Amino acid sequence: MFLWLWAILIAAGLAPGVNRVVGSRGGWGLALVPAGVFACLLKQWASIVNQQDVSAYVDWVPTLNLAMSLRLDGLSLLFGLLVTGIGALVLVYAGAYLKVDDRLGRLWAMLLLFMAAMLGVVLADNVLTLFIFWELTSITSYLLIGFNSDRPESQASALQALLVTGGGGLVLLPGLILLGLAGQSLELSDLLSSGDHIRQHSLYVPMLLLILVGAFTKSAQFPFHFWLPNAMAAPTPISAYLHSATMVKAGIYLIARLHPILGGTAEWFWMIAPVGTITMVVGAVLAIRATDLKQILAYATISVLGTLTMLLGIGTEATLTAALAVLVAHAFYKGGLFMVAGAIDHAVHQRDIRQLGGLRSAMPATFVASCLAGTSMVGVLPTFGFIAKETWYEAAGDLPDISFLAASVLCNIGLVAAAGLVCIKPFFGSRTNATQQAHEGSLALWGPPTALGVTGLALGLAPTRISELLAAGSRAIAGRVVPVKLALWHGVNVTLLLSLLTLAGGAVLYWQRHRLKVVFAADGRLIRYGPSTVYDWLLKSVNQLARGQTAILQNGYLRFYLLTMVGLTVFSVWMALKGELQSHLKPMPFDFHSHEVLLACLILVAAITAVRATTWLLAVGALGVVGYSVAAVFVLFGAPDLAMTQFVIETLTVILFVMAFSRLPDFRRLSSVRTRGRDALVAVVAGGTITVLLLFAMTVRSSYPISDYYVTHSVPEAHGRNVVNVILVDFRALDTLGEITVLSVAAIGVYSLLMLRPPSQADKVIHSANGKADSLQDNSPAAQHDAAADHPPESGGV
Amino acid sequence: MDSVILKTAVRFLLPLLLLASIFLFLRGHNEPGGGFVGGLVAGGAIALYAITRSAAAARQLVRASPRLLIGSGLLLALGSGLAPLFFGRPFLTALWTTTTTAVLGELHIGTPLLFDLGVYCVVTGVTLAFVFTLLEE
Repeated sequence: MFLWLWAILIAAGLAPGVNRVVGSRGGWGLALVPAGVFACLLKQWASIVNQQDVSAYVDWVPTLNLAMSLRLDGLSLLFGLLVTGIGALVLVYAGAYLKVDDRLGRLWAMLLLFMAAMLGVVLADNVLTLFIFWELTSITSYLLIGFNSDRPESQASALQALLVTGGGGLVLLPGLILLGLAGQSLELSDLLSSGDHIRQHSLYVPMLLLILVGAFTKSAQFPFHFWLPNAMAAPTPISAYLHSATMVKAGIYLIARLHPILGGTAEWFWMIAPVGTITMVVGAVLAIRATDLKQILAYATISVLGTLTMLLGIGTEATLTAALAVLVAHAFYKGGLFMVAGAIDHAVHQRDIRQLGGLRSAMPATFVASCLAGTSMVGVLPTFGFIAKETWYEAAGDLPDISFLAASVLCNIGLVAAAGLVCIKPFFGSRTNATQQAHEGSLALWGPPTALGVTGLALGLAPTRISELLAAGSRAIAGRVVPVKLALWHGVNVTLLLSLLTLAGGAVLYWQRHRLKVVFAADGRLIRYGPSTVYDWLLKSVNQLARGQTAILQNGYLRFYLLTMVGLTVFSVWMALKGELQSHLKPMPFDFHSHEVLLACLILVAAITAVRATTWLLAVGALGVVGYSVAAVFVLFGAPDLAMTQFVIETLTVILFVMAFSRLPDFRRLSSVRTRGRDALVAVVAGGTITVLLLFAMTVRSSYPISDYYVTHSVPEAHGRNVVNVILVDFRALDTLGEITVLSVAAIGVYSLLMLRPPSQADKVIHSANGKADSLQDNSPAAQHDAAADHPPESGGV
Repeated sequence: MDSVILKTAVRFLLPLLLLASIFLFLRGHNEPGGGFVGGLVAGGAIALYAITRSAAAARQLVRASPRLLIGSGLLLALGSGLAPLFFGRPFLTALWTTTTTAVLGELHIGTPLLFDLGVYCVVTGVTLAFVFTLLEE
């Protein structure tokens, strides 16, 4: 099974090369890979149908108990066949759709990447493995929706899809972790046996809620449905594959997969079935409201996704089977219809149905494909769509509550009308301006949708084999054996009459659609308060918040940053020391050497001189004296490494100042007496705090210092007598690695500060006397001091 | 900066300082020194050269751009940390080998030397990046 994933991933890597060498016909070759996987999956058919699941296992991070485990059962097989089968057709179709575009290789690569991720989702047995593949599908979907990366609406739609599905993924993760905790295993196959225990668990409801948010966002359930129509900004092969046949069904897959573990409770029913029902109806209404071919199909997809959610939420054996039947039928007809819409778009560069008409004679092959898919969508004999709808009505009719059946019929009437908009409107009537020049596309454009349509028809005519698969799938969802017997003709009964009613209602709705305009004009106001508006508002607010807090925190004044950092440090030190000081701070004996006192005085005098200096030279010189004197302190107290570094740093600082001198403005006092007073206060308090902290640190030792360990182990383990250096490059090398990385980042920062300013602003900063000038000149020495400051803690200890 | 004294002094100082920096770097494991201070000295020496001539002349002297030095230094340090992974040891574990040479006697050579060389390169590169950007701005 891992081999399948690898094969697709490798094909993804090769795709750009294939496009460069072979061109758009390479799609036929690339399609061989998913077709091969498809064949391998078919080979497993017999064992799966005979209730023998196949699994594979690889240790991933054994220390974290994380395994990459895959398992193939009826449900996975069903999804896997759809993913690879439709995927192969889409690759061929994409080759023709983007024939003259040099981004075709990228499209293929991303489609294949997505295919691997999606296959991973449906094969995963470990919930974390599942989650990782799940997120990968979100990311590849983001890349694919944003395929036309130069268009702002593509960017916005891609971001929206990523934020909604990715955000849902973030909610899903804790849900899966809770599931793992409650069931004490991360393997779905183990969790199956502890379903009773998990449903009794105190965290059952939060767990279910979190998981469902993940599934609902991914499968575009109300109120998260708005991202799916916007995702139609992607090129049509992507819409056909990701946003109708596969990715949006990942949420459905998850609900189905977890049904035997979490399902069967009242909570399950009430959290899922109503959401599905609302989505189903809302989707159908919005579908007949739309005028863009792809938008109609997108809303119809939302409606079907709602149906699937509803059926899974109800959770009787019959509805579970019906859900699978509807899912299969939908994958075939909706994938096909998207490809038809793409073919029309490709031929006439127009997707607005009001501008389309009379394409029947110009594009006969596409018309046939459209008819095949359309009949399955409306559910006429003898397509598989008919069987699916019969099963669905029958399952809903068996329920004590009639409302589900009523909603289903209503929704289907809408969908029949929508099918009319997509399959009849563009092909009949007289030709319009847009369709004058229409011409049939190549085999790769009409072949794949025809293949999907023919399959839908064949499955309807001979439903025995697919019944086996649906039985195996239902067994995985229900957790027990479910007899499934699909047949094309059930005789004349209530469901057949309902089907006829649906058809008739849909036909009337389609015929009288111009009357609906009045209604739709009125509800436009309602839609303005929809979830999409909430999303926009949220996005805007987050940006505003970010801008606001950046303006406060990152205001560009170095003095503000310094004040904040010093103030917070002082505050937190005193919070920690509070109450402990009296007991530990003892008066220290006064036994200093005279030269030490002299040195301290020198530092003090030099520091005061630096503060009161009135020329650059004096300020730099005085600072230098402070630095060298501090280095001398290091020498006196036995830290030669530190002293040496400090000397070199001081020297370098002087050199850098010399370079900067010629560019600096004249020395000027920019701060008022009050500001200087404040700064002096902060400086004295900060210095005093550090002094107290050091004195305190010397009196408390809770355990043995680690320096002894370093001293004794330095030579035998690290072959070095200089303990400081051994610590830096061996014992604590990870710290040093971090420090040199910081140093490199600082270099990038200095470079961008000095080089990447627009020239006019650069002049302004240097020649005007505004407050920001001192932030500039402070920069390079400050970075230098940071570099030196990285090291004292370790060296000082020794 | 047009100072004959400084110019002449730097001509003699530069090789000496560079030698000193290599000396500091190599002795670091047993005596005060190491890659950090070695790199600083090298950077300082080249900075002096850059002041007396020009940044362009200094660039020519170093050949490798600061960017390259920083990048390769980081890679060296990281690589010396990754090497033990191939021997089934944790990240950044030191690997040692002992060789005997005629002049220096028994020598321990290990990945920390590579790591320190990485530090040396990064520090030199960062210093030079500061110096060059300041001078060329």
